Amino acid sequence: MGQGIMLSGAADIDFMIHGVFPYQLFGQTVWITTTHVCVLIVMLVIVAFCIAANRVIKHASDVPGTFQNIVEMVVEMLDKMVGGVMGKFSPQFRNYISTIFIFILLSNISGLFGLRPPTADYGVTLPMGIMTFTLIHFNKFRYQKVKGVIAGLCDPWPIWAPINIIGDVAVPISLSLRLFANVLSGTVMMALVYALLSKIAIIWPAALHVYFDLFSGAIQTYVFCMLTMTYITDACTTE
Amino acid sequence: MGEFNNNFILGCSAIGAGLAVIAGIGPGVGQGIAAGHAAAAVGRNPGAKSDVTSTMLLGQAVAETTGLYGLLIAMLLLFVKPLLP
Repeated sequence: MGQGIMLSGAADIDFMIHGVFPYQLFGQTVWITTTHVCVLIVMLVIVAFCIAANRVIKHASDVPGTFQNIVEMVVEMLDKMVGGVMGKFSPQFRNYISTIFIFILLSNISGLFGLRPPTADYGVTLPMGIMTFTLIHFNKFRYQKVKGVIAGLCDPWPIWAPINIIGDVAVPISLSLRLFANVLSGTVMMALVYALLSKIAIIWPAALHVYFDLFSGAIQTYVFCMLTMTYITDACTTE
Repeated sequence: MGEFNNNFILGCSAIGAGLAVIAGIGPGVGQGIAAGHAAAAVGRNPGAKSDVTSTMLLGQAVAETTGLYGLLIAMLLLFVKPLLP
């Protein structure tokens, strides 16, 4: 009584992050969680794909086989996406953008394979937001110089500077929260369906998986990369 | 007076969670308007369908953020239970 929400089968609802085993670090107890395990699995898949792709591209043939075709298609697609938004700045950033695109996409899709998506942990998405933040401001200082940054800060009038600073700080927070909350809501929905409707959840949850894991995951990946690119291009452009 | 038990706090948390997801109204209306205008744009210029669609999805995903903040508050209230002593 009084513990948690009273629902039939509420004990089966399971979408939280679980600790796998603890270890000591500088006198603190730190946990290896399911997120770490899932990130490792996603990473292993990506590394295996990369090794195979590297091997194929090194012995590239004029008439590409199936796998070589897939690799070339992925690279061309990402190049086109980055080039379309960033224009002349795309050569410097397409490696980074492609990396986070593939990582976030596979992380979001991993819910299909029974993993807890790593991006449904704020500890994974916040570092990505901070990386974007760092890139934005590094490039702002690099291209616009200190004078341009100060001019951008005092945009209409100097009195506006605190609001502009709040706007700058809000960028990584909203970026990371958007990705986190979208993936988390999908995870929670699927957990609720499987726990509360376990008697009749037979084949139709597949349709929900298509929406929550594939569609929503792909859209959020696209949005994260698109916004990152837009912000960075904005920071690189000098008036 | 001054002494509330945990059930009362949990009930109030559930009410608060319900109120928090009312935030979903705004993004719903906003996304609908965006989708409507995108449909009109495709009707006027069917050639630009892929551009319009990607722009619409980007804008909708950004507009969704405020609703997701409400969802996060509801989740915190229901599952993390920060108000319990």
